[in-house]
Amino acid sequence: MFAAANLEAILLTVKLASLVTILLLLIGTPIAWWLANTRSAWKAPIEAIVALPIVLPPSVLGFYLLVAMGPQGPVGQLTLALGLGTLPFTFTGLVVASVFYSLPFVVQPIQNAFAAISPGLFEAAATLRARPWDRFFSVALPLARPGFVTAAVLGFAHTVGEFGVVLMVGGNIPGRTRVVSVQIYDHVEALEYGQAHELAILLMGFSFVTLFLLYALNRRVTTLSA
Amino acid sequence: MFRVMAFALGLLALTPTVRAGEVQVAVASNFAAPMKAIAAEFEKATGHKALLSFGASGKFYAQIRNGAPFQLLLSADEVIPAKLEADGLVIPKSRFTYAVGTLVLWSAQAGFVDERGEVLSRGNFAHLAVANPKLAPYGAAAMETLARLGLKSSLQDKLVQGENIAQTHQFVISGNAQLGFVALSQVMKDRRIADGSAWVVPAEMHRPIRQDAVALAAGRNNAAANALLRFLREPLAMAIIQSYGYRP
Repeated sequence: MFAAANLEAILLTVKLASLVTILLLLIGTPIAWWLANTRSAWKAPIEAIVALPIVLPPSVLGFYLLVAMGPQGPVGQLTLALGLGTLPFTFTGLVVASVFYSLPFVVQPIQNAFAAISPGLFEAAATLRARPWDRFFSVALPLARPGFVTAAVLGFAHTVGEFGVVLMVGGNIPGRTRVVSVQIYDHVEALEYGQAHELAILLMGFSFVTLFLLYALNRRVTTLSA
Repeated sequence: MFRVMAFALGLLALTPTVRAGEVQVAVASNFAAPMKAIAAEFEKATGHKALLSFGASGKFYAQIRNGAPFQLLLSADEVIPAKLEADGLVIPKSRFTYAVGTLVLWSAQAGFVDERGEVLSRGNFAHLAVANPKLAPYGAAAMETLARLGLKSSLQDKLVQGENIAQTHQFVISGNAQLGFVALSQVMKDRRIADGSAWVVPAEMHRPIRQDAVALAAGRNNAAANALLRFLREPLAMAIIQSYGYRP
């Protein structure tokens, strides 16, 4: 159905978005937990940093990531010292950039879900001698489940839709960094409008269905718990 | 709230409306530096103002087909102006070659690229940046050069592509790619290669990079557009173009 190059881009995009989503759930959950519970003066600045990718143009983020991960940049110096080489133009580099880029879309729903849990429930669990870790896994996580679903779906979808950052740090290498959005841009620039349509319509359909399911599912959850 | 709205209205009033003496020009990324210099001279000589937009020629094609308000296109190649001509979107017979591009193999590190480009066959680098050969004529010329040197397949794994020549230059100047094929105009300053090290690729290594300009149908009655089209062929503009390393 799809041209081979388009299929390669689709598979790469799915691989990137899946890996990034898993990493973001692992990294985002402790950040969200801390933000939901802390009274530290650091809360506002950390929240602002996490939210930066929502307002910054991807060209700014991509440009700074390219410079930071380059051989003269701080991240680049670190990866070079560790014998890992530099990150731009590699799949790993795309993963790192995407984690940063999609972070707020994962942290914010989880943080809101944690914040909505009544503190009384933790106190009740504590009186039943649940240890802090136990309280987290058996009270907080199950109650915050809708937040996690939203976070995972938005994190995945936002990474699929990422363009500017990938363009800046990717280097457009087939099978390694040429994702669907870049492939569409290439087709449009090369005046291959038919092939561009093929992928663009797929992305439109995917985005609509994803968001539709998310909102439909969230409504059901709210109605059930109401 | 009222003050915010009044401020916004004030801003709107400040935005200039298009005057008769203005021409909107779509300019290929590689020609950004010389075109700024030419536009300054053009304003001095004629009083007309040239508003420049820089970008990839393929994107300009899509925009022009969909009604973008450009009166002139200075393309990075000869294909896109010819296509616009076939689409009937240009003023007939206005197309001409305004510059012939020079390809250069360039590194931001001094002494990295030797004067004969032999660094390519040594291969002691991780990434070689080229512009996307499908989209950018400098990228196509770079691939032809590699093919001529018999290095196309051995260097395939080290190639990274910029979407256009500007991004390719960014990959090299940030050091992420140790070297890359860029336009000589991007690394020329005051008639010489300012930083790093370079091999100016001889003209016979690839087909000439002919860059064509064309007047778009939207600019038919625009005096400034016609004046700029003439100005580009005058000795003053041609001298500026050649001072950035374009071949006559």
